[in-house]
Amino acid sequence: MEKLLNWVDDRFPLSVLWNDHMAKYYAPKNFNFWYFFGSLALLVLVIQIVSGIFLTMHYKPDGALAFASVEYIMRDVPYGWLIRYMHSTGASAFFIVVYLHMFRGLMYGSYKQPRELIWLFGMLIYLALMAEAFMGYLLPWGQMSFWGAQVIISLFGAIPWIGDALTLWIRGDYVISDATLNRFFALHVIALPFVLVGLVVAHLIALHEVGSNNPDGVEIKKNKDENGIPKDGIPFHPYYSVKDIVGVVVFLMFFVSVMFFAPEMGGYFLEHANFVPADPLKTPEHIAPVWYFTPFYAILRAVPDKLLGVIAMFASIAVLFVLPWIDRCKVKSIRYRATIYKVNLAAFVVSFLVLGYLGMLPTTPGRTLVAQIGSIVYFGFFVVLWYTSKNENTKPVPERVTK
Amino acid sequence: MTTDTVDTGKRRTLTLATSAVAAVGAGFVAVPFVASWAPSERAKTAGAPVEVDISKLDEGRLMTVEWRGKPVWIVKRSNKTLEDLKTLDDSLRDAASEKDQQPEYAKNPVRSRKPEVLVLVGICTHLGCSPTFRPDLAAADLGADWKGGFFCPCHGSKFDLAGRVYSGVPAPTNLEVPPHYYLSDNVILVGEDGSAA
Repeated sequence: MEKLLNWVDDRFPLSVLWNDHMAKYYAPKNFNFWYFFGSLALLVLVIQIVSGIFLTMHYKPDGALAFASVEYIMRDVPYGWLIRYMHSTGASAFFIVVYLHMFRGLMYGSYKQPRELIWLFGMLIYLALMAEAFMGYLLPWGQMSFWGAQVIISLFGAIPWIGDALTLWIRGDYVISDATLNRFFALHVIALPFVLVGLVVAHLIALHEVGSNNPDGVEIKKNKDENGIPKDGIPFHPYYSVKDIVGVVVFLMFFVSVMFFAPEMGGYFLEHANFVPADPLKTPEHIAPVWYFTPFYAILRAVPDKLLGVIAMFASIAVLFVLPWIDRCKVKSIRYRATIYKVNLAAFVVSFLVLGYLGMLPTTPGRTLVAQIGSIVYFGFFVVLWYTSKNENTKPVPERVTK
Repeated sequence: MTTDTVDTGKRRTLTLATSAVAAVGAGFVAVPFVASWAPSERAKTAGAPVEVDISKLDEGRLMTVEWRGKPVWIVKRSNKTLEDLKTLDDSLRDAASEKDQQPEYAKNPVRSRKPEVLVLVGICTHLGCSPTFRPDLAAADLGADWKGGFFCPCHGSKFDLAGRVYSGVPAPTNLEVPPHYYLSDNVILVGEDGSAA
């Protein structure tokens, strides 16, 4: 065995890779609950890729056949229902896990120097994930697929001068049609998964270069023993690889419960209108995006002007990219930051949840007002952060991680 | 024979020139891929005009036909409706149809060739949903002043029975009037302006 390993190592850096990223990658010893979601996101990515590959074996990306082929998968393909529900539940699970992962980053300042690039790669992953989810949602070719795509593509029509030509180019037709479905299929199953996996690799390489942050926001590399190993670090493998398996088991308990007992999640994971085939002549009474897009959708609707609404919506995502430079506080973890940051972050989370809820409902004047207030609070987080973070009244940060 | 001195300036120039040529080549290679996303010849020819017989359309009713994959509405309006339209001007964004959302012959207060027959593309100018026909006067959810019109369920845009957009809603412009003309009294051809235009 030893000989075989040596043979390989002389030709391919197998042991080096294993040690760099697993057995001798020293992670802080004080990881808590919030640190499960990174590895869970990786797990969901694998679930999506595997279930997706098997779905493409039965699905037909054709305007005339797509809807029926999904029904075929659900009814006639052996275990087709299971594979499809795995994929649809996986889509929502992906966003749940990623939102919690991002919230962890906000709490413990994981986006701060020297981890800005990890955050940027992460944001690009989030962006690619949104594109992936949006294009995937067109494929069942139901009413919500069709009209959801119609609305999202029309967003680009708000761009002055080139808007109309751009939407025509994206659709490849004067309306959402077979041409649109076919190209979205190609992007969904080939192009974007490649991008996604590439970005995940970059995210991890950047992470392993600088080392993980932790709930105390202390750099463990500042305190090394005589062998150059961080005193507060433990090898990722076996300590965290095994710990993460516990997280995986708990996560899968939730995941399969939804997959088996409530795959539609009352219309939140699979919307009711999508069980009706796409009809270009009739918009459903109430259209709403899937839950993971609703906060941004609520911001779009809150602005009573087409172009400004679209700008606000895109800005609400774009502003997250520059978060590492908006937050000028040197202290990373929320544990040692001032009350103003805790209040500000709480308000941000509440506004995100309220906007997400409103984005699922039809508009009324009262709800629009609440959405406008929510949008102000959402953007207010970044404004307040910019002004308060520079001279924040922080608590002393310990030298070493705490228990 | 050989000298040890390297002309780094020349080397730099050549590297840059080679890279620039490669970049231009890559740009040209991208053209067919980008262009392949434009509507195909088949998609372009599919937009043929549609003939519609409106003899069976009752006053106050709406019928939908498909043209270029989009819904086209034809509404027969009553005289009362046409009178009501005049009273709405102040609450509309573009009451006089200044924006280019209709052919010349529909650029009038009722936005149609024949006053009573309204032809519209049934796609909201906001984000492309298809609004709902709401002819009911003073509808509970649309206010006591509602004179009938179209309501977009997606984002709450409102239009009157000439397809003119109300102020204070997300849709920026009036609904589009497609090119159309009358082949005879009761037959409309949607998709062409006709020679008389």
